[in-house]
Amino acid sequence: MALPQPSRPAATQVLSRLVNIGIPYLWLGLFFLLPFVIVLQISLAEPALAQPPYTPLWQWIEDGLLQIQLNLQNFLLVGEDSLYLSAFLNSLQVALISTLLCLLLGYPMAYAIATAPERLRVVLLMLIILPFWTSFLIRVYAWIGILKSNGLLNDFLIWLGLIDSPLTILHTQTAVYIGVVYSYLPFMILPLYANLTRLDHGLLEAAADLGCRPFCGFMRVTLPLSMAGIVAGSMLVFIPVVGEFVIPDLLGGPQSLMVGKLLWTEFFSNKDWPLASALAIVMLALLVIPFVMMQRWQQRMEGGRP
Amino acid sequence: MKRRRWPLLGMLVFGYAFLYVPIVLLIVYSFNESRLVTVWSGFSTRWYAELLRNQQLLDAAWLSVRIAATNATLAVVLGTLAANALVRHPRFRGRAGFELLLTAPLVMPDVIIGLSLLLLFVAMQQGIGWPAGRGFTTITIAHITFSMAYVAVVVRARLSQLDRSLEEAAMDLGARPLGVYRMITLPLIAPALLSGWLLAFTLSLDDLVIASFVAGPGSTTLPMVIYSSVRMGVSPQINALATLIVLLVALAVIVAGLSMRQRR
Repeated sequence: MALPQPSRPAATQVLSRLVNIGIPYLWLGLFFLLPFVIVLQISLAEPALAQPPYTPLWQWIEDGLLQIQLNLQNFLLVGEDSLYLSAFLNSLQVALISTLLCLLLGYPMAYAIATAPERLRVVLLMLIILPFWTSFLIRVYAWIGILKSNGLLNDFLIWLGLIDSPLTILHTQTAVYIGVVYSYLPFMILPLYANLTRLDHGLLEAAADLGCRPFCGFMRVTLPLSMAGIVAGSMLVFIPVVGEFVIPDLLGGPQSLMVGKLLWTEFFSNKDWPLASALAIVMLALLVIPFVMMQRWQQRMEGGRP
Repeated sequence: MKRRRWPLLGMLVFGYAFLYVPIVLLIVYSFNESRLVTVWSGFSTRWYAELLRNQQLLDAAWLSVRIAATNATLAVVLGTLAANALVRHPRFRGRAGFELLLTAPLVMPDVIIGLSLLLLFVAMQQGIGWPAGRGFTTITIAHITFSMAYVAVVVRARLSQLDRSLEEAAMDLGARPLGVYRMITLPLIAPALLSGWLLAFTLSLDDLVIASFVAGPGSTTLPMVIYSSVRMGVSPQINALATLIVLLVALAVIVAGLSMRQRR
């Protein structure tokens, strides 16, 4: 043979590529990407009393004649009906405000952990991660017993003499905020911590030497340098909260309708698969921008540039 | 400098109290005798006894554990392959798409993943006749799809910190690449594989939304039983169950932490 034999490392390199890249790619393509195509397809179908409960998009009528029916009704409904519109707006509002609350509580915590003595840091970090490992459903459930009108929080406040009659917190928007901040706080703290531990303290000292007081040092050095962590943490909270189902369902009330819950109801109670799919597509479209933002800043963080 | 740390410290204490008080209350009231979860009427372990007699719940727990273990094992394999791809092959065509597909499941709302996978399974059943019916297989496939992304994050972090000189030395001594990976690399990343496995296991054990979409009539997982009983109202049995789960998780995390430390 004229061509030189491929050396063994080159051959294994090819094999390694095939296995390491090919297999996960194939799996995610089949079970993560392809399903979205099907969701889009079914969002354009009509609901029907059939198994599965939607009309086929195309069918062969007579010989060789293909009929394609696209139904935009579901999207028009989502855009026009005030129920769906208010659910989307409410979801975005809940996600935005809870992200800010997580940031307000999470930033000082991440900062305190990052500047704690080395040995304490490991324990403090472990304590942040630990609740994340216990059941999310059960942690949300814990708040029902605390927030309900004859619950522990009201008992405690009455015992303190701060209030005379119990406050209604459970099944309100407030309860949803408490539940969301509680469940998603670790997602905010972890990227912030990762970012703040890499902060070069020499820069702060330099700023101080140049007459920058601690507050000014924080505003002009620490905060800009931790931007990647802030964006990463915020998106890790914001994106999943928009589609959250368990928290609004268990802690929220009728006025705190969110898209995740609406999609669930359309699917399980009303058996309207096409409308549920349309809701999913609109939600996906709304989440594209925050997702791209997250990707971009994450790459920046991994690239070492703060 | 000391004085300035006080507000920060206060925030830290408040934050940890916020995270842990609900869990502690949950555990305390699991030993409450009264059926009313918030009224203390004396120490009792009766809810634990009732929990162990609740056959529906035990069946669901067993199904969930089997799904979680299968999911974790396969997710570790797929997640490690993906991490290898990202760390060991810095340049390949479609790398950006690969990273995108691997990050998206981390943040994608559960209702979207659940609905889209169900529609895929229905279409596949119509088209190729597999999977016939929904249950163990479909839930496990759905769980692997998002768990592998978490495993990839954990393994990738470890793999990229790895000192390559040991592998190079083994290569110089004539070891084949696959042999090097098995004898040198795998033992070095073993702690990450273990924590990835545990993470995938708990993620699967915890999932309500995705499993509800892709489950069939005969396959009720533990979160589904918990959810339907929580919807009926607060029940001390759930508190007892929660306590057991928290203890199990704490134990697993401590074991994982210790094994990490020993390896270092």
